[in-house]
Amino acid sequence: MHELPITEEILKVVLKHAQRNNVQRVVSINLQIGKLSDLEDEWIQRYFDHLSRGTLAQGAKLKIERIPIKMQCNSCSQSYEVEMAGLGKLVCPYCKKEGGSLVSGREYYIKDMEVQ
Amino acid sequence: MAEVRLIEVKEEILADNIKVAAGVRENLQKTKTMLVNLMSSPGSGKTSLILQTIAGLKGRLRLGVIEADIDSSVDAEKVAARGIPAVQLRTGGFCHLDATMVTQGIEALKVSDLDLIIIENVGNLVCPAEFDTGAHKNVMILSVPEGDDKPLKYPLMFSICDVLLVNKIDYLPLSDFDMEAMRKRVLALNPRIEIIEVSCKTGAGISQWVGWLQKEVATIKNLI
Repeated sequence: MHELPITEEILKVVLKHAQRNNVQRVVSINLQIGKLSDLEDEWIQRYFDHLSRGTLAQGAKLKIERIPIKMQCNSCSQSYEVEMAGLGKLVCPYCKKEGGSLVSGREYYIKDMEVQ
Repeated sequence: MAEVRLIEVKEEILADNIKVAAGVRENLQKTKTMLVNLMSSPGSGKTSLILQTIAGLKGRLRLGVIEADIDSSVDAEKVAARGIPAVQLRTGGFCHLDATMVTQGIEALKVSDLDLIIIENVGNLVCPAEFDTGAHKNVMILSVPEGDDKPLKYPLMFSICDVLLVNKIDYLPLSDFDMEAMRKRVLALNPRIEIIEVSCKTGAGISQWVGWLQKEVATIKNLI
């Protein structure tokens, strides 16, 4: 739902690094986004294509690596992965107790980009 | 054509917002003001809760309200009618508030001696959970008619909040809302969340909520 403001931020950061590094063209951008975010990859790309028109990043491909949702068990402290749908009934696979704290899954990160 | 090379970026996409949000908290330290971000679905009772909070505080805390709406000023007018400083931010179609909009809201309040500012975020359980507003505490409302399965559908919102207000408990006898199941789902996601059952219609639970606000405001004043 909020792909547009997120995409604006991505473009801003990308253009800043492109200018600093004397880039002629941005080929692709590698993002890490947590699985807890409901962003649609397709819409981020569409907004990006629109916003980046006429900039060094025009035509760049966004490659999105989805970071799994990881919980740490409140009882035995072991970490385990869980899908969005499993969040309402968390059971630790190690000690079988309920309840955990979020370790990862909320990432919004630009790792690197390929440029010419 | 030049060769393709890799540039390391290593930046948070929301770095700017995170920075502005930290600035909001830093500025509030100067005036010892606590900022609370109130979130929920449309119609769950955010404005009613704010009106009940005004009544419940009975002037014991100096309160200001920042209302956010896609395009209307109905809510701010209701609050201002109770003699409370209020501003309306029109987000112009945006589905959430970010720290920059909140900064503008605080400036527009034009009052520097407040104990507490409540932000009424845009009615939405998805997007507001992703953006730090600069608030010290995040509070959400889930109302009984929405159903006890909402923690399953919007886990991020339930996992980032400090308080969950379960509103419209006067509807409980008419509904199949399972309070115990809902509590279990929320606490599994977020064991430190405080759950307070309220009814803005009957006033039930409001004193407990107001007590929480007073305790937190006192804590912030002592800390700074």
